[in-house]
Amino acid sequence: MRIVVCVKLVPDATASRSFEPDHTVDRVSVDGLLSELDEYAVEEALRIRDAASEDGEVVAVTMGPQAAADAVRKSLQMGADSGVHVLDEAIAGSDAPATSLVLAATLRKLGADTGPVDLVVCGMASTDGTMGVVPAMLAERLGLPQLTYANQVTVDDSNGAYRVQVRRDSDLATETVEAAAPVVVSVTDQINEPRYPSFKGIMAAKKKPVQTWSLSDVGVDPAEVGLSAAWTAVVSAEARPPRSAGTVVTDEGDGGTRLAEYLVEKKFV
Amino acid sequence: MTTAPLDLFGVDGLLDDEERAIRDTVRRFGDHRLRPSVSEWFESGTVPARDLAKELGALGVLGMHLSGYGCAGTSVVAYGMACHELEAVDSGLRSLVSVQGSLAMFAIHRFGSQQHKQQWLPAMAAGEAIGCFGLTESDAGSDPGAMRMTARRDGSGDGADWVLDGSKLWSTNGTVADVAVVWARTDDGIRGFVVPTGTAGFTANEIGHKLSLRASVSAELVLDGVRLPADAALPGAHGLSGPLTCLNEARLGIVFGALGAGRDCLDTALAYAAEREVFGKPLSGYQLTQAKLADMTVALGSAMLLAVQLGRLKEQGALAPAQVSLGKLNSTRVALDIARECRTILGASGITSEYPVLRHANNLESVLTYEGTAEVHQLMIGQALTGLSAFR
Repeated sequence: MRIVVCVKLVPDATASRSFEPDHTVDRVSVDGLLSELDEYAVEEALRIRDAASEDGEVVAVTMGPQAAADAVRKSLQMGADSGVHVLDEAIAGSDAPATSLVLAATLRKLGADTGPVDLVVCGMASTDGTMGVVPAMLAERLGLPQLTYANQVTVDDSNGAYRVQVRRDSDLATETVEAAAPVVVSVTDQINEPRYPSFKGIMAAKKKPVQTWSLSDVGVDPAEVGLSAAWTAVVSAEARPPRSAGTVVTDEGDGGTRLAEYLVEKKFV
Repeated sequence: MTTAPLDLFGVDGLLDDEERAIRDTVRRFGDHRLRPSVSEWFESGTVPARDLAKELGALGVLGMHLSGYGCAGTSVVAYGMACHELEAVDSGLRSLVSVQGSLAMFAIHRFGSQQHKQQWLPAMAAGEAIGCFGLTESDAGSDPGAMRMTARRDGSGDGADWVLDGSKLWSTNGTVADVAVVWARTDDGIRGFVVPTGTAGFTANEIGHKLSLRASVSAELVLDGVRLPADAALPGAHGLSGPLTCLNEARLGIVFGALGAGRDCLDTALAYAAEREVFGKPLSGYQLTQAKLADMTVALGSAMLLAVQLGRLKEQGALAPAQVSLGKLNSTRVALDIARECRTILGASGITSEYPVLRHANNLESVLTYEGTAEVHQLMIGQALTGLSAFR
């Protein structure tokens, strides 16, 4: 099975993060790491590859500035076989429609260059933008079925063609949904426990092939992506004031009443 | 805006991408898998060594700087940084890894026969088999040449069996080990033996009542007429240089490792001092506290620079035993001093198991004297400087 996993480098959430003057996320002054939600996607892709009866391949795909290649490298360290990095200055500031445009073009080129892709695995959202819409947009642009927010993925290859089945757990129902490959799947943080990259994986990663493509390589017009092409614009962004200490209610026989009054006042009840 | 102690020294810049990735992986494994339980292991004096060995093996930590036989084949500094991160959690956990990789596996890798290597190394790298190392005896510590354990031939010709008698002390991993590398006196000088722990006459007794390294298995090994085939002897090791080479290998892990414990103490003290208010302002705002923090940072960072330098020398094959002694002496002393000083910053909280500081200090008391006491290393350095041996 030929699997593509889409990965993103995000600013380390434990560091102090900030915005650029144009209100895009400052990706330069903060250390980046592979989005935690994408680790689940990489892990699931590796498990599907390794559980299959035939040899498979996992290709990690990312887009973004030079440092974004670290997301691919981490995926390779975990066990992915090869990587693609779409690197182009025009990408900076891209929103979800532009991101899905570039990813779709990249997947088409991958398919044309090295054979059809059976499965695309994404995290359910990035931990910086947290839009959660790229997997759906990507499926739409590629004309593929989408199986999103999967808590479980099973692949059936018994009849010579892949059928992908996922379990979606919502508050009210558990759904089992399936589609014939090729298909786009997004996975939640409940689906698995991502592995630590083994030292052998870390040592082997630097020998694995990573291709760097420009927008023209994948056939995307730079005018269609980046901040200027974004469908929405962030007009202001300010850090929230630090949380205040809160209100202490000392119970003098009326504690319950005063708590209830507080909740009513704040419109919690 | 604050800066971490080792960042002031730019230590990260001395590591390559791979070494940083390995360091980060071990740190994360430590934070998620080890830290939540380590205090409990220390207090109860038990550690799930077999489970941990498998997990560490899957990660690739065991024998990581050795090549082939399922070992990862990393740089020396990568091994050092892994030890640094493990010992930032607890010296006992780093000891498990040191003994497995640098004493037991290294001895087989360096001195063993092809058969020894193929039989043991892949399983030990995976953590499926655990190794221990028997050199120290109750009356032979700093002077291993005074060992009493004997290995005599029984039978005729080159195929004669070996029969081992005697006991070893302070063998880390001893009661959980599948294989012991044991050193014994023969007619032909000191030789090393690969002893499956299931061999008749072999027993391991756990040493209890420790106030240090409680999250580590320490054992007495008793060999009572243990009969081994002729090929159980390590073909490549003749004389005391065999075990001493192994010890130098493990000491390099301590050079980096002990500083991990020191770093964890300093990180803990920095966080505590920032939160703790005294006379209406944070403890970290007082000059006396800052003087302590600054001095500890200077000591820790300088020691770390030495550690990386020694690691690089080793990678170039240019590391002399006296240089290992420099690092082992310095790192263990610096780390122990830092642990004690940090304890003063934490006040009474510093003596509880809620904070790692006194646990580290207690552990470091062992690390100061095992694998060559501070005094032995002073003598090694003294000998290098003066050309005179003052051991006897």
